[in-house]
Amino acid sequence: MDAIILQILNGLDKGSAYALIALGLTLIFGTLGVVNFAHGALFMIGAFCAVTLSRLLSLSHKVEVPGAVDFLGNPQMRDVPYIYDLFGESLGAGIIDWAVPLSILFAIPVMILIGVIMERGLIKHFYKRPHADQILVTFGLAIVLQEVIKYYYGANPIPTPAPSAFVGSFDFGALVGFEPRTIIYPYWRLVYFAFAALIIGAVFAFLQFTTFGMVVRAGMADRETVGLLGINIDKRFTIMFGLAAAVAGLAGVMYTPINSPNYHMGMDFLVLSFVVVVVGGMGSLPGAVLAGFLLGILESFASMREVIAIIPGINQVIIYLVAIVILLTRPRGLMGRKGVMED
Amino acid sequence: MSKGNLTRRGVLKTGAVAGAGLALPTYLSAAGHEGFTNAPTGSTVTLGFNVPQSGPYADEGADELRAYELAVEHLNGEGDGGMLNTFSSKALDGTGILGKKVEYVTGDTQTKSDAARASAKSMIEKDGAVMITGGSSSGVAVAVQALCQEAGVIFMAGLTHSNDTTGKDKRANGFRHFFNSYMSGAALAPVLAANYGTDRKAYHLTADYNWGYTTEEAVKSSTEAMGWETVGSVLTPLTQTDFSSYITPVLQSDADVLVLNHYGGNMVNSLTNAVQFGLRDRIVNGKQFEIVVPLYSRLMAKGAGANVKGIFGSTNWHWSLQDEGSKAFVQSFGTKYGFPPSQAAHTCYVQALLYADAVQRAGSFAPCAVVEALEGFEFDGMGNGKTLYRAEDHQCFKDVLVVKGKENPSSEFDLLEIVEVTPVEQVTYAPDHPQVAGGSLGTCNNGA
Amino acid sequence: MFGLDKKDASLLLIVAALVAFAPFLLNPFPEGSAMAQFNAGYPDLMQRFVIFGIFAIGFNILFGLTGYLSFGHAAFLGVGSYAAVWMFKLLSMNVIPAIVLAVATAGVFALIIGYVSLRRSGIYFSILTLAFAQMSFALAYSVLTPITGGETGLQLALDDPRIFGSATTADGNIPVPGFFGLEMRDSAELVFGSWVFTFNVGYYFAAIIMLASFYLSIRIFRSPFGMMLRAVKSNQQRLNYTGLNPRPYTLAAFVISGMYAGLAGGLMASMDPLAGAERMFWTASGEVVLMTILGGVGTLIGPVLGAGLIKYMENIISKINSDILHSWFAFLPDGLEDLIVALIYPFIGKGWHLTLGIVFMLVVIFLPGGLVQGGQKIAAMFGRKKAEKTENATTEPAE
Repeated sequence: MDAIILQILNGLDKGSAYALIALGLTLIFGTLGVVNFAHGALFMIGAFCAVTLSRLLSLSHKVEVPGAVDFLGNPQMRDVPYIYDLFGESLGAGIIDWAVPLSILFAIPVMILIGVIMERGLIKHFYKRPHADQILVTFGLAIVLQEVIKYYYGANPIPTPAPSAFVGSFDFGALVGFEPRTIIYPYWRLVYFAFAALIIGAVFAFLQFTTFGMVVRAGMADRETVGLLGINIDKRFTIMFGLAAAVAGLAGVMYTPINSPNYHMGMDFLVLSFVVVVVGGMGSLPGAVLAGFLLGILESFASMREVIAIIPGINQVIIYLVAIVILLTRPRGLMGRKGVMED
Repeated sequence: MSKGNLTRRGVLKTGAVAGAGLALPTYLSAAGHEGFTNAPTGSTVTLGFNVPQSGPYADEGADELRAYELAVEHLNGEGDGGMLNTFSSKALDGTGILGKKVEYVTGDTQTKSDAARASAKSMIEKDGAVMITGGSSSGVAVAVQALCQEAGVIFMAGLTHSNDTTGKDKRANGFRHFFNSYMSGAALAPVLAANYGTDRKAYHLTADYNWGYTTEEAVKSSTEAMGWETVGSVLTPLTQTDFSSYITPVLQSDADVLVLNHYGGNMVNSLTNAVQFGLRDRIVNGKQFEIVVPLYSRLMAKGAGANVKGIFGSTNWHWSLQDEGSKAFVQSFGTKYGFPPSQAAHTCYVQALLYADAVQRAGSFAPCAVVEALEGFEFDGMGNGKTLYRAEDHQCFKDVLVVKGKENPSSEFDLLEIVEVTPVEQVTYAPDHPQVAGGSLGTCNNGA
Repeated sequence: MFGLDKKDASLLLIVAALVAFAPFLLNPFPEGSAMAQFNAGYPDLMQRFVIFGIFAIGFNILFGLTGYLSFGHAAFLGVGSYAAVWMFKLLSMNVIPAIVLAVATAGVFALIIGYVSLRRSGIYFSILTLAFAQMSFALAYSVLTPITGGETGLQLALDDPRIFGSATTADGNIPVPGFFGLEMRDSAELVFGSWVFTFNVGYYFAAIIMLASFYLSIRIFRSPFGMMLRAVKSNQQRLNYTGLNPRPYTLAAFVISGMYAGLAGGLMASMDPLAGAERMFWTASGEVVLMTILGGVGTLIGPVLGAGLIKYMENIISKINSDILHSWFAFLPDGLEDLIVALIYPFIGKGWHLTLGIVFMLVVIFLPGGLVQGGQKIAAMFGRKKAEKTENATTEPAE
């Protein structure tokens, strides 16, 4: 029983990452009709926003450590961040410690800017081009972005820990009467889940309750008619692209303490998130979120020892197997609309 | 059509003489001229450095390449000579190999066997490389080793830890200096028993591919011999990034040790996740819960950050070793690049030197002569103490380091501390040991 | 000629000539010169050019004609190479049974996967094929290790049965694949001044098969069956209304293109007897999509050009290192040399992926019709009268 509860928690957590990325993909796809293979790269750049900020905060100068020598026999140097000089050592250390949450503030403008530049500079010219061309150009862009990051940050994962206040885990089991320390969950993963729920809620509220959102939804349903009504839908679509980039970027920022970011993390997520979007149904935002959580939970269950013992290798293929079953029983995924991306 | 596979440079040189000044097409084949593939005929010899330059192991590959460049410098008599000064064999004199200046070509394995073979083939067919070396995974090592056997060149493996490389997939033309899964298990088990006791219940998470299998088997059998019990083992997909759903079942089991048979990105993520879930703060069966990482690498330890502190593992070599060979290597590598070398760099550097030395001693670049010179070769002064290249399987037998994540690192390179240097006797196994059984070397192939 | 009209026949002849003289064309620079780095006329790469050409030609029959974008085509290539290597292990080192079995196995696989996947269209079809291929990869890499060799790939061993051939050669090595005694890796070399040209048995063997496949693909493009497939692409609904069921046609196209992929896989194993699971990873499937789009979707020759370009960059650009750069620009003053090397360095060697990404973007932005369109533009620039004619011969506009 407790094992199952834990796997549901795991699934929700994995699902949040899938859902956030799939949400951004669907936003772009639903509004602009563009298959964006660079979306994984946006997720990755978000993560590197956090890396960059924590590096900026820890920019330091060298101070000689008296009496010690380094591996070549030269005097040992110690790094002292400039921020210590500015704010004193304890406050400075505190700021560095909180680099990841602070990166949210840093990442939002950066990601919106990147999104808008991408849309205006490149994607805009591909609205009327075949999907194959869109795939090729965004895939090319993804490789370029990835290689640029690799050039500056290397190929190794870069540890980017959560603030020390969030280290450790929350004992769920004790709360509901299980033995202590059997159902525990790391604080940061709970934060990630809450954060994802918040972002998803905000995006839905934005689309549902604002005039802007209404126009965008109308544009998603029938772009031509909205244009005929004299509404400048293009400008709104640009903003939507920026928004989608920001959602992907924030997903990346918050993901860094869970797994150390590396330059190819975007590609690792790309294929999975496409599967999630399609299983959810092309162009359906609730579908994307639902599919994200569903696949996350199923993946967690499939990784249990008891399950693998019955069907060896099931943990390797579960997501694809579920995708096939769903697509064969529900022709347009869970909540897809008829006629979208079917030709 | 006569047989003239896989050679270029030799033909060119002969051809240039034969066809000098004549615009007549000269039909030639290398067969019978030099007797082996890519025999160097001019004043230079070309080596092929085949390392991952893209993909997840690109940083490791970059470090390997740095080491090779350093080795070439030292072989050609530039720089401070590095380990040539401490190497027990004095055949090399800084004038290249057999008086030929060492040149090299590089390629990208992408850590894929297909790409690695394509790259190695182009070095052999196009650039006339007489030896291929490098790599950062066992899949690639085994694939390229088989290719070199077929083509008739020597393969000096880089970082490859699976038992299979010199076990069931061994080849006469291939040699490995790096240690393997069996040795990791044999070296780790006594240290684990001494530190954590002999009454422990272990849970294994294992990467679901060949290297993972051999490592799990090695660690399992050697810890069980110490009295440990294995209570569970789960295979995890290579492409897994979030290991939470594999870690949480550990909380439910009565295991008090978690063994992570992972490498690279898998290891960084699984270790980070395990620490996140508070495994290290757990007390099970009245004992402190512990995590073990059988194969450590400093570059990967860096990726896992503070999570490696206090965690045991094994490694082939570490820059903080204080023997003369290691000191000389760290000194010249550090002076050239500004930071200490990784174990991947060390094994590659040593492999390049060992090859050059074997050629020098054999007096010929012919693969069969090199094989003969390396088989049963005993040497010292290369950082691992007395070492033997065993003739039966072309595996190096030497001391193995058991290391632990350092609690208070003094720099970003100072992440591991050496706990014990396990003597070679303790990690030596019979060539027909069940964990490495199967396959056969075959006979050396000169190609052409 | 050969049942082709004049334009197609001349295209076929041009391709045949290019393929036959590739060892010369790809080695334009004299050995030992600085530019020799760009020579691509060595057996392994030439073999890869034609083999991936076959793969892309086959993919184009499905994607170019029907518009169905399969994102899992590499699975058939992988299955084909496993089948071929198993033939080498069990039967003999002759390439014919290996290739035949590779094509047949891939065909059966394609029939099953195609039958299921073609129940959906558009992106739903793409994801279904992707899912099948990813499952094949994941299983081949892990639980199917006894059959596939897993991480290290399926290899030949000295103790394989090889019931119709010898298990080992006279000198105790593993035999190499051959065609009735003609070893695939045999080469003859022609030395001409300081030029060296290599003629490789394997290359010409693969090249002949590639020409046959190319010929077959022209015939398919021009046949009533090809017309039907194009009808599927332009408007499947209308086709339904006329009372025609397009499914058998698309399934046939899918199986044919899967068999092409199997053929490519079998040939790869014949040139180099090893089959690895990475061949089925989604990036490998993506690569053939990119080759086809890069060259020109729906054109006859485009996919082959795309395949050539990508393989060229992967094998040539990735091998240039900073030492080589320095030697090229050694004639410049030191400061300038370092500057130029520093500017170029990110794009070569380990940065070859960056160059690849940039090429993808440039081609698709400026040449929507792929490389074929680029060729046409150049032809038009020279104002040849024939320009228009060539266009008709080589392109079948995608839409």
